[in-house]
Amino acid sequence: MNSEVSEKETENLYKKLKSAADSGGYILNPDNSFTLALIEGLIVNEKRYGYQACPCRLASGTKNEDLDIICPCDYRDQDINEFGACYCALYVNKAVAEGKQKLKPVPERRSADRKDSTVETFSAANLKYPVWRCSVCGYICARTNPPEICPICKVPKERFEIFMK
Amino acid sequence: MNTVKVEGTDKGHVLLLGLSTCIWCRKTKEFLESNNIQFEYVFVDLLESEEKDKVKETLKKWNPACSYPTLVLNNSSCVVGFDEEKIKLELLI
Repeated sequence: MNSEVSEKETENLYKKLKSAADSGGYILNPDNSFTLALIEGLIVNEKRYGYQACPCRLASGTKNEDLDIICPCDYRDQDINEFGACYCALYVNKAVAEGKQKLKPVPERRSADRKDSTVETFSAANLKYPVWRCSVCGYICARTNPPEICPICKVPKERFEIFMK
Repeated sequence: MNTVKVEGTDKGHVLLLGLSTCIWCRKTKEFLESNNIQFEYVFVDLLESEEKDKVKETLKKWNPACSYPTLVLNNSSCVVGFDEEKIKLELLI
């Protein structure tokens, strides 16, 4: 185990993530030692970079370049749908959680040469309010600014992008 | 490249490019160790920026998605992710 991270820290973040997952309809990997090791990786990254970058991806150290891989990453939902687990397998679907589906390596969906904004902005006829989209869960709202935190998946407002204006 | 060498049975040159925080990289490393394979590994996230860039260039050649773990075998093929079956096939385990 990693000497930089105390058991208490890992346990606290586990509790937080577990309760958020339960209330949001997500499932944390039930393999406890596996999940705790990933959570430890998240804490190491938070200490090292200042944000909880995916432990299975190489962070750049610049938060703005890595917003899409801050856990929960922008690719979680698609990967759970397609492969039964997110890229690192912190989050899994029901079949994997119940042992009915075997975990396989999830291919990297993030482009290595990505610039920014993966979502195309549509310009509609002068909307009264811009439409914002949560890049993590897809929640959409029409208001001047995005909410401080996503009411669905609880990520901060920096994870919102303009979807339509 | 500054790698850590692990002694074991020589099955050709085996290089593991991984991250210290990544559980799949850890599983790959443990798999090689438990099968007594001789290999070298490097944790890219722990490198200084210049060395890191060099290793990333090497990684890109083998695996354009630049994902971890990537196992480079004999400088001629690679296995992306902890794909146990594929590693067994490639290393004749």
